[in-house]
Amino acid sequence: MEKYANQYVIVTVFLVLGIAFPIVVLQIGKLLRPSKPNAEKETTYESGNEPVGDSQIRFNVRYYLYALMFVVFDVETVFLYPWAVAYKQLGLFALFEMVVFVGLLLVGLLYAWRKKVFQWNSI
Amino acid sequence: MQKFWNDPVTWGHAGLYLLGAIAVLAVVIVFVTYAIYFERKVIGWMQYRRGPNRTGPLGLLQTVADVAKLLMKEDTIPAKADKALFILAPVLAFVPSFLVLAIIPYGLNLQFADLNVGFLYYVALSGITTIAIVLGGWSSNNKYALLGGMRSAAQMISYEVPLVMSVVGIAMMTESLNLREIVIYQEGWFWHWNFLPQIVGFAVFVVAAISELNRTPFDLPEAESELVAGYHVEYSGFRFAFFMLTEYIYVYAIACLATILFLGGWNAPAPQLDFIPGLVWFALKFACIVFFLFWIRATLPRLRIDQLMGLAWKVLLPLAILNIFLTAVGIEWWGKGGG
Repeated sequence: MEKYANQYVIVTVFLVLGIAFPIVVLQIGKLLRPSKPNAEKETTYESGNEPVGDSQIRFNVRYYLYALMFVVFDVETVFLYPWAVAYKQLGLFALFEMVVFVGLLLVGLLYAWRKKVFQWNSI
Repeated sequence: MQKFWNDPVTWGHAGLYLLGAIAVLAVVIVFVTYAIYFERKVIGWMQYRRGPNRTGPLGLLQTVADVAKLLMKEDTIPAKADKALFILAPVLAFVPSFLVLAIIPYGLNLQFADLNVGFLYYVALSGITTIAIVLGGWSSNNKYALLGGMRSAAQMISYEVPLVMSVVGIAMMTESLNLREIVIYQEGWFWHWNFLPQIVGFAVFVVAAISELNRTPFDLPEAESELVAGYHVEYSGFRFAFFMLTEYIYVYAIACLATILFLGGWNAPAPQLDFIPGLVWFALKFACIVFFLFWIRATLPRLRIDQLMGLAWKVLLPLAILNIFLTAVGIEWWGKGGG
C-alpha cells in the first residue's frame, strides 16, 4: 500500500513543480521585460498585411474524420493493453478473440480507405 | 528514491521528492540548452558550416544567450486573441511534458515513480500536449496559427495510434507495462534487447515517434515556408520559449523511452561489460538516439501533408497490428519463456 502511495506522491510533486515553474518564470520575466503595448503591436499577424476578415476561418472537414478514426483506434489500444499484459496466461483462445476484434476494426479502416478519407486534396 | 518507496508517506519524504524533482528539472533544462546547441552544431557540420561559434568558447553560451533574450523580450498578446486561453496554452503544453519524466528509470537504483501503468501513463499525459497546441492555435485568432494547430493535432493523433500499438508487442513479451520490469526483462546479451525480436515494432515506433515530436521530415505543423511558424506564430518572449522547451523535453522523453523499451535501458550489451555503471550505458544509448533525430533532420526533406497522413494510416497502423499478431504467434511457437 505504502509503495503505491509513495509513487503517486512523487507524481503529485512533479505536477506541482510543473505548474509552479512556468508561473514563477513568467512572473520573473514580467519584472525584466519592457511592456509598451500599442495598437500596431497588438494587431493579428498576417505577413505584414492588414488582417482580412475573421481569423476563425473554415477549415477542412478532414480533420474531424481523422479525429473520428483516432477515437475508434485509440479505444482499441486501450482494450489491447490489458489483453497484451495477460496474454501469456490467456493462450490461443484469447488470440483468436483478438483477431476477430481487430478484424472488425480493420474492416472499418478499409471502409475509410475506400471512401478516400486518407486522400488529401486541399489544405 | 527507491529506499523510501516502502516507507509511510511523510512530509519529509515529500520534501525529498521535491528536491529530486527540482534536480530533474535542472538536468532537463541543461539537456535542452545543450541539445539545441548540439543540434545546430551537428546540422552545421553536415551542411559544411561551422554552426554557432561566437557566443562564449566554441559558441557554448549561444543557447543561454537566446534564452536570456527571450526572457527580456516584450510579451505581446494580440488584441483579438482569447487572452485567458492564450496564456494557458504554453503552460498546459509544458506541464504534461514534465510530468512524464517522473516515471523514467535511468538505472536499477535511479528512478522516481515506479508506476505499474508505466507506458500508458506516458501516452495519457503526452496526449494533453496536443490539446494545448490546438488551444494555442485557436486562441491566437490568427489564420496561420489556426491551420498550424489543426494540422498539428491531426498529425499527432494520427501517429499516436501506431506509436501506442507498436509497444503492445513488448507488453505481451514482458507481461508488464512497468518500465522498470521491461528493462529487467531485457537483461543479458544485446540480442535479448527488445529491438531484435520486435524489429517491426521498433521501426514503427521510431517513425511514429519522430512524427509525434513534430520533427523533420514530419515537421509540417511548423512548415516555415507554408505556415510561417504554425500554431505558435503569435507567441513571443517566454511563452514561445515554453513551447520550444516542451518540444525538446519530449525529445528527451522519447529518447529515454526508446532506450528503455527497445534498447535494454541500463543493461550492458554483454554481461562481461557489467562493470561499467548502468547510467553510462543508458546515457550512451540515449545520446545515440538524440543524434539520430538530428541526423535525420539534416538528411531528409519534408513530406507533403497527404503523404504524411497516408503513411500513418495506410502503412504504420497495419504494420503495428501485424506486429502484434506476429508477436502472439511467436510466443505460441517458441513457448511462453522466449518470444
